[in-house]
Amino acid sequence: MIQLIAFYLFATIVCLSGAFTIISRNPVHSVLWLILAFFNAAGLMVLAGAEFIAMLLVIVYVGAVAVLFLFVVMMLNIDFAELRAGVMRYAAVGLALAVALVAEIVIAIGAYSAGGLALGRRIAPIEADVPNIEAIGRLLYTRYLFIFEGAGLVLLVAMIGAIVLTWRQRSDVRPQNINRQINRRAKDATRNMNPPVGQGVEL
Amino acid sequence: MTAFFQNTIGLPFGWAWFVATIVGILVIALPLMLAVAMIIYADRKIWAAMALRRGPNVVGPLGLLQSFADGLKVFLQETIIPSGANKTLFLIAPIITFTVALIVWAVVPWQAGVVLSNINVGLLYILAASSLGVYGIILAGWSSNSKYPFYSAIRAAAQMVSYEVSIGFVLIAVVLWAGTFNLGGIVEGQKAHIFGLINGYGFNPLLFPMAVVFFISSLAETQRAPFDLTEAESELVAGYQTEYSSMSFALYWLGEYANVLLMCALNATLFWGGYLPPIDWAPLYLVPGILWLFAKILFFFFVFSWVKATVPRYRYDQLMRLGWKIFLPLSLIFVFLVSGYLMWARVGFPA
Repeated sequence: MIQLIAFYLFATIVCLSGAFTIISRNPVHSVLWLILAFFNAAGLMVLAGAEFIAMLLVIVYVGAVAVLFLFVVMMLNIDFAELRAGVMRYAAVGLALAVALVAEIVIAIGAYSAGGLALGRRIAPIEADVPNIEAIGRLLYTRYLFIFEGAGLVLLVAMIGAIVLTWRQRSDVRPQNINRQINRRAKDATRNMNPPVGQGVEL
Repeated sequence: MTAFFQNTIGLPFGWAWFVATIVGILVIALPLMLAVAMIIYADRKIWAAMALRRGPNVVGPLGLLQSFADGLKVFLQETIIPSGANKTLFLIAPIITFTVALIVWAVVPWQAGVVLSNINVGLLYILAASSLGVYGIILAGWSSNSKYPFYSAIRAAAQMVSYEVSIGFVLIAVVLWAGTFNLGGIVEGQKAHIFGLINGYGFNPLLFPMAVVFFISSLAETQRAPFDLTEAESELVAGYQTEYSSMSFALYWLGEYANVLLMCALNATLFWGGYLPPIDWAPLYLVPGILWLFAKILFFFFVFSWVKATVPRYRYDQLMRLGWKIFLPLSLIFVFLVSGYLMWARVGFPA
């Protein structure tokens, strides 16, 4: 009973906030609706018994990706009149995309109601008594090890690429040398002098 | 407690579970509010003592009722919402901060087996909830429609995201050792950890540096001094709280200290044995575990106050440098060392 209530609650909020993400005029509101959608999608995954994926969704998407989104969007000064003026120009493309999506949904529903594909034996049957962190870990580090490490390599390359693209060495500024700052002591910086009258201090 | 409502009162299981959970939440949240009020008083007293002042000493005996007087004061104040502010978000932001500070307590084990929600992804739940905490601050900064709060929000977002990275690696080191994400399991894993005598991962030479990194990161995560750049009063007035007044301000205030207590509890639970006594010796187990946990929380809270009273505020570039260039590589290296050691000790090197 409570599962059913929770499911419909989460599902309704996901759909509504997804719609509001698109409708909202203010980009910051859009991102916030998107975050609400992520959060409730995580709730749905908990209901489906995938608590590990749910937590990762919140940590990665809500905690990191959406924060950076919000960061960028908050800094932008978006002219809404200009945005609205562009709508008619892209109306044809948007309409084509919408038609394609509707057609895909119709085909998918048709195929589903005609009966599912016979996939044969499941590659990774889920055992009820294994926590799903362990289940995912076992699969990732045995059967899918090479694909998993390949994905890691791709991410590494992407990261190096981003660093190379933004790296610039500037010779016109004096960077802070933290070690020198920390190691500097009062006796290196000051001198105690007792100058005779009329002679001053040698610097 | 579910069994009590089911058998003694005769509710069906679903309702018994529901009522038991609500009661459990109240049993945790209400004393927590009281604890927050007293801990604010303690913070001010410790800080005053280190500055050779008396601190609050007028309201009630020894000033004990000071926090309640302050609470009453803000409760009676007018809630001012700036006319340029985004009203809805402006009001939601403190609620988010306060809620997030409370929900994490659901997975903190108070005694062996005494925990509101014994889930097997407890530690990930904590990370998820603490990553939500940043929204309370970003939203406050943006919706206030004012320069200082906005600067503060940007600082807060960068700071919290940066330090969560190293916290994540520190937690991985702990999880590797404990073999579980469940906080109760992590505490039990610390029993007789060193020489079969001392309880606590923090005494382990491979995990002690992680404990230190975690403690400093938790200072940064709760925006306490020396990492309180989000409300650096000499630069940003009061940071993201500048435009807040009355109860909306009080929610930030309570949420901030509830977060501090939570981080103290996490330090105690993850590294220093949680509800276990420090030494695995039978007579010490006669003291209820919850008292050991409270003692550890209070000790860490004292250290938090101590740091606040003695350490000057970091510059922003130093803060970022510490997070990305020191803690991140250090915690990565220790994840490597810990997993290597565990591989050697538990599995053995392949011949």
